[in-house]
Amino acid sequence: MSNEESKYPSTLPIKFDKKTGLPLWSDVREFSVKYNISINNIQKFFEGLSENKIFATKCKRCGKVYFPPQVDCPACKESDIEWIELSGEGELETFTIIKIKPKTFQHYDDYMLAVGKLKEGIKVLAWLKTDSPDKVKIGMKIKLVVTKRLP
Amino acid sequence: MIALRNVAIVGVGHSRFGKRVDVSIPELAWEAIKEALKDANLSQEDIKFVSLGSFGIWSSESSPGALILEYSGLTSAEFLRVEAACASGSAALKVAYNAVASGAVDIAMALGVEKMNEVGTAENLEILGRIGNYFWEFQNFGPTFVGYYALYATAYMNKYGATEEDLAKIAVKNHYYASFNPKAHIPKKITLEDALGSPYISWPLKLYDCSLISDGSAAVILASEEIAKKITDSPVWVRAISGATATANHSKREDFLSIPSVRIAAERAYKIAGFDAENPVKYLDVAEVHDCFTIAEILAYEDLGFVKKGKGYKLAREEQTYIGGLIPVNLSGGLKAKGHPIGATGISMVVELTKQLQQRVEKQRQAPIEKGVALAHNVGGTGHYAFVTILSLSKS
Repeated sequence: MSNEESKYPSTLPIKFDKKTGLPLWSDVREFSVKYNISINNIQKFFEGLSENKIFATKCKRCGKVYFPPQVDCPACKESDIEWIELSGEGELETFTIIKIKPKTFQHYDDYMLAVGKLKEGIKVLAWLKTDSPDKVKIGMKIKLVVTKRLP
Repeated sequence: MIALRNVAIVGVGHSRFGKRVDVSIPELAWEAIKEALKDANLSQEDIKFVSLGSFGIWSSESSPGALILEYSGLTSAEFLRVEAACASGSAALKVAYNAVASGAVDIAMALGVEKMNEVGTAENLEILGRIGNYFWEFQNFGPTFVGYYALYATAYMNKYGATEEDLAKIAVKNHYYASFNPKAHIPKKITLEDALGSPYISWPLKLYDCSLISDGSAAVILASEEIAKKITDSPVWVRAISGATATANHSKREDFLSIPSVRIAAERAYKIAGFDAENPVKYLDVAEVHDCFTIAEILAYEDLGFVKKGKGYKLAREEQTYIGGLIPVNLSGGLKAKGHPIGATGISMVVELTKQLQQRVEKQRQAPIEKGVALAHNVGGTGHYAFVTILSLSKS
């Protein structure tokens, strides 16, 4: 690429595509974004985590259980809910092993992503941890628990 | 109720799909716009409304609409950008269709553009994985889009006995047809061994089960019946374009065996087109379906009603979706091999099917046109959004 590069002043942020050798402007205004997301109405869920409890919401009028928890029941058009602790007991509905990871999960080893159906009738998407990955089967009993880890 | 006007496709344009480091986003869009304008023999001033399907986060331009219109000389048109994840192209088509069908304008353009390769693969996986519910699903558990479809693949294979080889046969078929499509991202045949020997990306899906991270653009020009008759002798009519949605959270899906929004969109489209929903295949010459992953094409066969539930993998196994089979599917090469520039994909399908119906694609991948009807199936996310479009050589 030396002949190509010599066409441009060295102060310009131009690099060359590895495959085609074509020039690319390497953006100089790199910025990162960190969002501030409201959890005001669902604080109870996060309080529960500190006690190793997992909460869902239940509409007091129609009885519908919501997970992820939400305080508004669109069916009743009311916000009259109670918080219920989930048993965590359920069955494995499906799973995968993520080998090629997104940008912000590159520091993890391969992880097993699963959907479990809890006895309360709701489903949860989370990581599946097991000592015997070869024995993981759809329909097996699972337990939803709170774990602590760095992001 | 006000009757909708008949709407015809009078011009189509399509860029080469691929890793297009040779062009910027307005240059890429112009490739499709220019081709569509020439195809319809219209000038920019004739286009009264433009809708753009573009997801867009991959590109440095955060609002590319005005830039594309400026570059292409389309500034006199009214404009809307729409977003429905990987179905953004069909959403744009729906909006342009409505503009013409309602009588608001006589000529409109639906455009799809995506330039995904301004960032790398890890960033692409991050952006796509965030579709759905970022806060509850992505943030803590780092799913990817391959991962979401892998949840479906695991459940489907477990329930019906489909194999990794069945999935691989979808990839082999779509690469076979892509090899005859000069605008495909990877116009190369692959073998079953290539596909089965490729590494797992998200078990049980492998590299060759995945569509491509592509740059590309596609455009269609729509016109009212009166105008269409003046422009072209071979209009292709939009008989139906119907959409539906499904839950954002994967944890709220009823099962992992079917995409409910596709079933609903198909039901709606078949009703408008007057199809017997029990046997839509008998009306169709050819279909383009959303094979973002090989499992998605198999689910599409079932959710569109081409075969009964649980039998989709057999169409793949018995090679019934090649030309000469029950129904030829993805003769463009599909998202798998033609490529999947997110916002352009839905429009690309309609460009392909218009040309199929007009019998102007490369002869090795031209479907026999006997009934004059084709179907496009475009899915955003894992069915978070779904569109089914039916095109026809006759108005009704």
